[in-house]
Amino acid sequence: MLTRGNAIKQIFTQGPALTVRLVILSLLSLTLMTVDHRYHHLNPLREGLSALVYPFKLLVDLPRATSGWFKESLASRHSLQEENASLHTKQLMLQTQLQKLESLEAENLRLRALLDASFDVGKQQMLIAELMAVDLDPYRHQIQINKGSLDNLYEGQPLVDSKGIMGQLVQVGPFTATAMLITDPGHAIPVQVNRSGLRTIALGTGTTERLELPHIPNNADIRVGDLLTTSGLGGRFPSGYPVAEVIKIEQDPGQDFSFITAKPRALLNRSREVLLIWPTENRLAIEADTLTEDNTQADTSQ
Amino acid sequence: MIFIPHRGGKVIVFTFALAMVLTIAPLPESLHAYRPDWVGLVLIYWCFALPERVGVFSGWLAGLLLDVLTSGLLGQHALALCLVAYLTIKIHQQVRVFPLWQQALAVLILLAVHQLVLLWTNSVIGRPGPGLIFWIAPLIGAAIWPLIYSLLRALRHGFSVR
Repeated sequence: MLTRGNAIKQIFTQGPALTVRLVILSLLSLTLMTVDHRYHHLNPLREGLSALVYPFKLLVDLPRATSGWFKESLASRHSLQEENASLHTKQLMLQTQLQKLESLEAENLRLRALLDASFDVGKQQMLIAELMAVDLDPYRHQIQINKGSLDNLYEGQPLVDSKGIMGQLVQVGPFTATAMLITDPGHAIPVQVNRSGLRTIALGTGTTERLELPHIPNNADIRVGDLLTTSGLGGRFPSGYPVAEVIKIEQDPGQDFSFITAKPRALLNRSREVLLIWPTENRLAIEADTLTEDNTQADTSQ
Repeated sequence: MIFIPHRGGKVIVFTFALAMVLTIAPLPESLHAYRPDWVGLVLIYWCFALPERVGVFSGWLAGLLLDVLTSGLLGQHALALCLVAYLTIKIHQQVRVFPLWQQALAVLILLAVHQLVLLWTNSVIGRPGPGLIFWIAPLIGAAIWPLIYSLLRALRHGFSVR
């Protein structure tokens, strides 16, 4: 026994101990999965671990980030001037349109006041985040963005791009956050047909270019080309943002409901920058920040 | 009793980190299903080479980090990889002496078990499976096994990890 060497140790020390370890760890994994799937108690653990793996994500994202930096710093004066000019023109155009919007908004408010209906047109606070070039679980529609709870992001926060709603945040770590896109098979968003006001729900299908509208009767007022906007009913998404456009309606007289598909407005697999919005109900949490910003602005104006 | 101190733990950690980076490195969407299970391959190698150092717990820990990294269900990869580590250690004495292509067959089975656990957990939580293309990844993993084996072996001998 005293002369037992390393080779013998390798053969005989993994007996029952190995199996016991396997059983314990398997049970632990099963518990983790159950708790993670059914409840949300594990979010602190996930947040902690996500801070730990943040360097990996940063490293993977590095080529994209540096190429962007190089492009900016090595761009010629001429092209920068050109870009600047075009941005100026665009800004001017948008400003003009905005003026029109403001008058329309005022008019809308006046009309609503006449109708005795309350309507809050508060300007929503926004934040721009960038997509990280990181591949997540290939069988879910999720994206990773480079802002996290340190920027006051919260779970369930809506995400939009310049064309429409993209999705919502499902996990928020300190530096990064994961968003579920509206096309994920596990996602549903309450929508409204812009033309007729018909309310329904748009389900993700797992295909990037397709949403499904279930349970719409054959005689409902919906047509190909109709714009679907958020109805704001779930309380998660603010109302009035474009979501998708109806592209196909199949009606089978033998079925109770028509089979309707819609195409998301947002460029779900092309957008590089996304906007995070704080719907008005959730503004309290970030009020402190805005206040300090206002103070600094007041200071500089004095 | 002959006692040989462990060496080169950093190399093992580095290979695992590299595998994780490769797992989340961006690929075109059409190639997602073809990405081999890098962490699984690295784990199988170390379990063949140093079963007394890298085992069930290392596999579990790597799996947990992978779950956080890919924002998947917490514990899914952990379960799959600790099972793979267990099976690898159980068969390592037979397989270690096989020629490389026969080793690749064993690796194919191990990776298929890994994939099976993922498929099973996915279906339990009601996530539709992607179909037959799901089984491409283990095949590709087994196909590149000789390469992985030679690379990691060179690394292990170069840094005399034991």
